[in-house]
Amino acid sequence: MPASIPAVNASPAEHLLALYRTMARIRAFENAAEEASRGSVAAFGAASDTAALVRGPLHLSTGQEAVAAGVCANLARSDYLTSTHRGHGHTLAKGADSAAMMCELFGRAGGTNKGKGGSMHIADFAVGMLGANGVVAAGIPIAVGAAHSAKIRGSRAVVACLFGDGAINRGPFVEGLNWAKIFELPLLFVCEDNRYSATTATGAMTAGAGAAARARGIGLPADTVDGNDVLAVDTAARDLIARIRSGGGPQFLHALTYRVKGHVSVDAAAYRDQGELQRALEGDPLKLAGLQLAALGVAAERISAVDTEAQAEIEAALAAAHAAPPPEPTEAYADVQDTGAGQWR
Amino acid sequence: MALMNYAQAACQALAEAMRADERVVALGEDLGRGGVFGQYRGLQQEFGAARVIDTPISEATIIGAAVGMALTGLRPVVEMRVVDFALCAIDEIVNQAAKNRYMFGGQGRVPLVARLPIGIWSGSAAQHSQSLEAWFAHIPGLVVVAPATPADNCGLLAAAIACGDPVIYMEHKELWGLEAEVPPQHTAALGKGHIARDGTDLTLVTWSSMVHTALAAAGQAALQGVSVEVIDLRTIWPWDRELVLASAARTGRLLVAHEAVQAAGFGAEVAATVAEELGVPVRRVGAPRIPVGYARTLEDVARISAQELLRELKLFVGSEGRGRSMA
Repeated sequence: MPASIPAVNASPAEHLLALYRTMARIRAFENAAEEASRGSVAAFGAASDTAALVRGPLHLSTGQEAVAAGVCANLARSDYLTSTHRGHGHTLAKGADSAAMMCELFGRAGGTNKGKGGSMHIADFAVGMLGANGVVAAGIPIAVGAAHSAKIRGSRAVVACLFGDGAINRGPFVEGLNWAKIFELPLLFVCEDNRYSATTATGAMTAGAGAAARARGIGLPADTVDGNDVLAVDTAARDLIARIRSGGGPQFLHALTYRVKGHVSVDAAAYRDQGELQRALEGDPLKLAGLQLAALGVAAERISAVDTEAQAEIEAALAAAHAAPPPEPTEAYADVQDTGAGQWR
Repeated sequence: MALMNYAQAACQALAEAMRADERVVALGEDLGRGGVFGQYRGLQQEFGAARVIDTPISEATIIGAAVGMALTGLRPVVEMRVVDFALCAIDEIVNQAAKNRYMFGGQGRVPLVARLPIGIWSGSAAQHSQSLEAWFAHIPGLVVVAPATPADNCGLLAAAIACGDPVIYMEHKELWGLEAEVPPQHTAALGKGHIARDGTDLTLVTWSSMVHTALAAAGQAALQGVSVEVIDLRTIWPWDRELVLASAARTGRLLVAHEAVQAAGFGAEVAATVAEELGVPVRRVGAPRIPVGYARTLEDVARISAQELLRELKLFVGSEGRGRSMA
């Protein structure tokens, strides 16, 4: 089981503290990755800096930690998860090692993907994390297949399929929900609604009553939850996954959160009303969980100790990534395919 | 030996694979009723609806789900009806299936076979008649197969299912009814072409349905004193370079013929390689760059006939070093 899963029968305070720990680790990871990505890519008016440690587009989940922590707290290592281009938090919460992840972002041989995927394709199959994906909604059919496979093989595994609000406007959303329902697959769809599709507010681009209504239209039970309230996400995910495990078929969770950063790390999101951001920050998931912990009588020192531990873990991950060697150029030819790989141009 | 048609031969290969390995499953539209061309006949009755899966018309999810199945321990065989419909799943084929093993650093494998029938199929017009093998040959990560005979449709499908990587398996829609002997336990290796007819004056490389057109043209050419060696490539990627280069070195001329549009077709890759490696004259014959029209008179313009191929063969042998040859 990933270290982030709260112990069974933990007290409410200890349970919440475990969820908070997962969120703190994600926040520290995202902050470090953001810092290391300065000049990562020429976009949004920013110039590319060839010395950037993290190259290319880096999509941060800062402010969305409660969704990853709350959902993954209810998954076993043997359960599967598919993710999005904004997938660091999901990967960490599913149990991946932060140093291997940071190595991947730095393009090092010891990365989760041997330096071949980077942020957008981060994955750790050993903990059931079947991959972030550079294409919006592309994880949905893969999750459907993993769930269909579990059903065929008689496995008890459940699949959590995380996607953003932008994905509900792509065809695979309709195809995948329909397929999951007609075959009654063990699949939890989670729409992690951060309100933005790249640099455009999703609401302006989405007709009808939104994600949950669309899911219900296809016959899936759908709950909507405050995606910044980790306890609310945890409770909803626990109930929905219990229904799935007891044969209730696919379920849908619409988690409302907010994308605190731009589309990619070099995007200052200047197109956004600053008042909107300020209001969103007031509902920051770590801040909210901190207040809930205090209300449960957890001392401020214990909370700050968790923050300190998370910071130390990520600093160690950064140090490991700095020290790790890059992949050998010959590795470029490995793992293409067995039949017909690299034999000639 | 058993006499069977091209569809039955594939059905036999799949049935044998499913009997031998419970991880092998099939999914696509209408499979329970035998598939649109009868190439799945009887399979759902034998293996049940959980392993021979009737799906919605959801091409992206058919391929995408097969990726998810392959990553979690199954070996899916996927039906797309016609290659033209697979274009609704191009992200799932090109960005997901083909890239998965590499971009995740070898953590997973995608042992899926996607059956994408190709070719002009009498009167089915622009969206059901294309031959798009070159598109998929261009994508690292994919194996591309195009069987021409019932025996190869049995042996190559078995090899494709056994392959650990994604295979684009392109049967030709006008070959389903073609009958021939299929030897028992017939096997065929991916990446290996074969010499369908020996000859000395010219090497004619082709694949899929065009093999039969090429053999007819070669037979006619022989009567007119031109000896043509016909190579059935069988696998488009990886193509059998050694076989083609050895033959072209012997005959001193290479002609590549395919039903696909000639411009940027896979024939260009074969011809360019032979020209680079051997410096012998090379030529191509492919379809004009037009959609396939519905009316027979229009469809025939897009189709390469044995007569046209014979004309090109004779022209080539009679005009070595001149005309359109590249060397």
